[in-house]
Parts: sequence; structure tokens; C-alpha cells
Amino acid sequence: MDYGDFEAVIGLEVHAQLLTESKLFCSCSTKFGAEPNVHTCPVCMGLPGALPVLNRKAVEYAIKLGLALNCTINKRSVFARKNYYYPDLPKGYQISQYEEPICKDGYVEVDTEGGKKRIRIRRIHLEEDAGKLIHEGEIEKSSYTLVDFNRASIPLVEIVTEPDISSPKEAVAYLKLLRSILIYLEICDGNMEEGSIRCDANVSVRRKGDTKFGTRTELKNLNSFRYMEKALDYEIRRQITLLEEEKEVIQETRLFNPHEGVTYSMRGKEEAHDYRYFPDPDLLPLVIDDDWIEAVKRTIPELPQKKAERFLRDFGLPLYDVEILCSDKKLADYFEETVRLYPEPKTVSNWIMTELLRELKETNLPLDRIPFSPAMLAELLLLVKEGKISMKMAKDFFPQLFRRGVSPRKYVDEKGLSQISDESLIEEAVKKVLSAYPKEVEEYRKGKEKVLSFFVGQVMKETKGRANPKIVNELIREKLKRGLE
Amino acid sequence: MKITEETVRYVAHLSRIELSEEEIREFTYQLDAILKYMDQLKEVKTSHLEPTSHAIGMKPLLREDKVEGSFSQEESVMNAPERKGPFFKVPPVIEV
Repeated sequence: MDYGDFEAVIGLEVHAQLLTESKLFCSCSTKFGAEPNVHTCPVCMGLPGALPVLNRKAVEYAIKLGLALNCTINKRSVFARKNYYYPDLPKGYQISQYEEPICKDGYVEVDTEGGKKRIRIRRIHLEEDAGKLIHEGEIEKSSYTLVDFNRASIPLVEIVTEPDISSPKEAVAYLKLLRSILIYLEICDGNMEEGSIRCDANVSVRRKGDTKFGTRTELKNLNSFRYMEKALDYEIRRQITLLEEEKEVIQETRLFNPHEGVTYSMRGKEEAHDYRYFPDPDLLPLVIDDDWIEAVKRTIPELPQKKAERFLRDFGLPLYDVEILCSDKKLADYFEETVRLYPEPKTVSNWIMTELLRELKETNLPLDRIPFSPAMLAELLLLVKEGKISMKMAKDFFPQLFRRGVSPRKYVDEKGLSQISDESLIEEAVKKVLSAYPKEVEEYRKGKEKVLSFFVGQVMKETKGRANPKIVNELIREKLKRGLE
Repeated sequence: MKITEETVRYVAHLSRIELSEEEIREFTYQLDAILKYMDQLKEVKTSHLEPTSHAIGMKPLLREDKVEGSFSQEESVMNAPERKGPFFKVPPVIEV
């Protein structure tokens, strides 16, 4: 994407739902997909007199993320009320953090076309989610809105970058990296379709060489990587066109419509936001001591970029493989465990990227709950290597093994599926086939070599696919040649 | 005057409170008096002190991350001014 004389300046605000069992200030469940309004209580519904009590785990997760993003952890942070009226907000305010967030001044390094680029993290703060609004029928025509408060007060972290991002591609690279870090830390499930990660962007453009920022717009609803790239690109070009026509960019909130591929102004909601933040008198300032930070530090696993570097170095895999394997910590662990038992990294990687990922997709199972273990995969690959079964056979019954979690060796033994490498048995089948098709044998003799694969197919059929194809090939050639002499 | 009637109207609107003309005059006077008192407090030198947002100097209590009882669906919506089945029903919210 080239913007000619212009350059884009982008900052991102990402909301990520934390994987706690209970809500941020009460003991209601955070489980997704429950019946409407069953995860509610006086606290998250904002009933008079109810008092919030902070969830320790949510704080721990925010510290964990702060450390992983190279932030300073504020020893003292304050919860503030952000006041506004909207039907998804039962209390009339959202408990958030304002002047003193839990983490500040961090950075990540993303891979871009021009090498590594540092994107600074301005702050990370803890806040509660709002409820969910359900619009019946078409939004414009609907005469009412329904509210489900199950999501109200589920813990979120908001991660705010400095305006260091200069292209839609970089923004996507950043969001992908952030998402994989969140998943590696096991503090967010990363499910963008269910809204576990939501992203807004502040976008402005300026002429190359200018040091002053242009007027920015806020883009909402960038909830998939593809939409994000499209929306940002559209908005950047829109602003450039305005400037080229010597018109002004208006500071406003814009919404991306993925169906039309355009952004438009959220006019009508234009009333200047005046949130009147103030420290929540119901919550004391959060105090975090060094011991706590140290304890959290010890729970941080090897992060995706470090893991990818190590996979490239130690396993000699192509970058493509490494990116796929390391995109998910559980997948990377699965790979490593299999390689430990069957030390041929590329073979294992190929198998995981094709067969395993396909089965995962088809069965829709999460990796930590599949019945087929790395030890079983190693066993299967070993059977192929030993010549007990062919690669094709392995692939054929892999779905069965995967879904039922059966030991491949046991399966092969019990079903009598092992490959026939006994030459005398194969020879018999070859003889049978050749005598059954004298016409084809004649054709081969006249030089029509293509018939060979027909014979191989027939022999495989005769042996129910169990004959070692290499031996079959050799024997047929041999027999036909001998016949010629 | 630090507080004008206009400010009171604005804040009342933000808080979705309807005030009579008399109330507006009354609150303008009261709020202004509060701010004047703040000005008086400002004369005290506090540069050597941390700002205080809470009166109690104790560490916050934290909760373990455990799910405990919630309302039943019926309990959730029973006081709703308007409901539709298990949902709260509100005037249409146009988001777009």
C-alpha cells in the first residue's frame, strides 16, 4: 500500500476479555453462550447498596500482560468511574482506570517488510465490559432493543499504543502478535468472532516529512484482521483525498461497514463525550508489591517470537512452518513433544500442518482436548518409517485414529492392516492380475507404458491396498520384462 | 460565580435529571458555594503530600476468582419496567 506523498499515523486501542472464571467485581460466571440474564447479581446489575470486590486473578492477568509487553507495573493504581448513559451499562458508569492505570510505558517489536519495528504501548488498564444489546429485525425499523447483562462486568484489559503504526499491514501485524501473546499467556482465548478481542483505531494522515499530526478520526468495529486492514486503508485514502482537495478532516468517530467496505460517520451520537471520570469511592486504590510482580513474572512462558526464533534455529524448519506452528502455543507444544519422540522435525511439521490441522478443523476440538496424543502421532510416523504401513495408509486411517484416540500400532495389528512386504504374497497377486488382463499385457509389450499404473492399481485392489507399492512396481516391471524375453 | 446556570443544566442533562427553574437556581448557588470552599482549601500548602482519593488508608481486599451464586433469570428481570421474555426491553438504540 503506497500513499504517495502522504503517510498514515495509527494508534490502536485493543480490548481483550480476560479468561477468569468469575467477573471483575462479583462472583458471577463469565462463561460465553449462557441463557440471557443468568450471570447477574446485585453488583453487576448495579442495584443500590451493592459493593464491588476486585478479582485477584484479573489483576494478576493484567500484570502478566504488562510484563510480557515490557511495561512498568504501577505499584499503585486507581479505579475510576466513567460516567455515561447507555442501556448496556446498568450502573450508569463503567468502572475503569483513568489517570493511574495498572501498566504503562511498554513496547513490542513487530516484523514488517522493512524489518523489526518497535511499537510503544502507552498504557494497559483494567475495566469492566458492558452488557449486550440485541436489536430485533432491521436496526432502522426496530421499535425496541433487548438487553442481556451476562457480559456486564466481565474483566477486560484495554491496551493502548502510541501512534507508532504507519500502515494497515503494520496494524494487522501488531494485532496478530498481541493476540498470540494473549493466548500464550493463557489470559484470553483470542476468539475474535465471539468478541474476546475488539479493536478501535485512531487514524490520521500527514504529508511525508511533516512533524505535526493531522486531525484524527476514531475507527470502530475492526473486529477481524481482514476488516481491519480494509477499514484502515479505506479511511487513510479518504483522509488523503480530503487533504488533496484542500478540505478538512473532521475529528469524529467513524464506523466501518464490512459489507460495503467503507467507513462512515456516527453522526447523531456526536454529542461531545464528557465522562466526568472520578476515583470510584467504592474501591480502594490497588496496591501491587514487588513480591507479587516477581511471582507473576515466574508464570510467563516462552513467548511466540522467542519460540519462533528457537524453532528456526533448532529444527531447521522453513519460516512458513514456524509461523503456523508457533501461532498457537498448544500447537507448538504438540509439535515439540512429537519431535522429542520422533526426531524428524520436517516430517512431523508436514503431518501437523496438513492432517492434524484438517482434523482439528473438522472435529472443531480444542487442541488440549483431542484424544490423539503426540506419542500416538510419533508411533504412526514410526510405523511408516519401518515400512509396516505406507504413507497413504497412514493418511487413510488417520481420521479414525484421531477421533478415537487409538494407538496406531494396536490399530494396525488388530485390523491386520499392516502393509504386505512379503514378496511371495505380492508375486502371487501380480501373476493373477497379469493373467486376467492379457490384452493389456499385449499393449504394454507394444510399448504402451502407461498400462503399468493400471496393473499397479489392480494389484493394490487385489491386496486390499496393503501391498507395499514400491515392491508391487518392481515385481510388475520384472514380470513383464521377463515375459518379453 | 464559578458555576453558571448553564453548567447546571449541562450536568443535569448528562445525568439525565430533570430540574425545575427553581432547582437550577438553588443548585447553581450551592455548587458555587462548594467550589468557593474548595478555593479556600487550596490556600493550604499540600505540595509535600500525596493526593488522597480515599479516606481510608488500607489495602484493598481482593476476591479469589470463584464463581458463586447468581440471580435466576426471573430474579434478573422481575423489576424491569419493561421486559420481553428473559430480556430487558428498552427503547430502540440506533448504533449506526
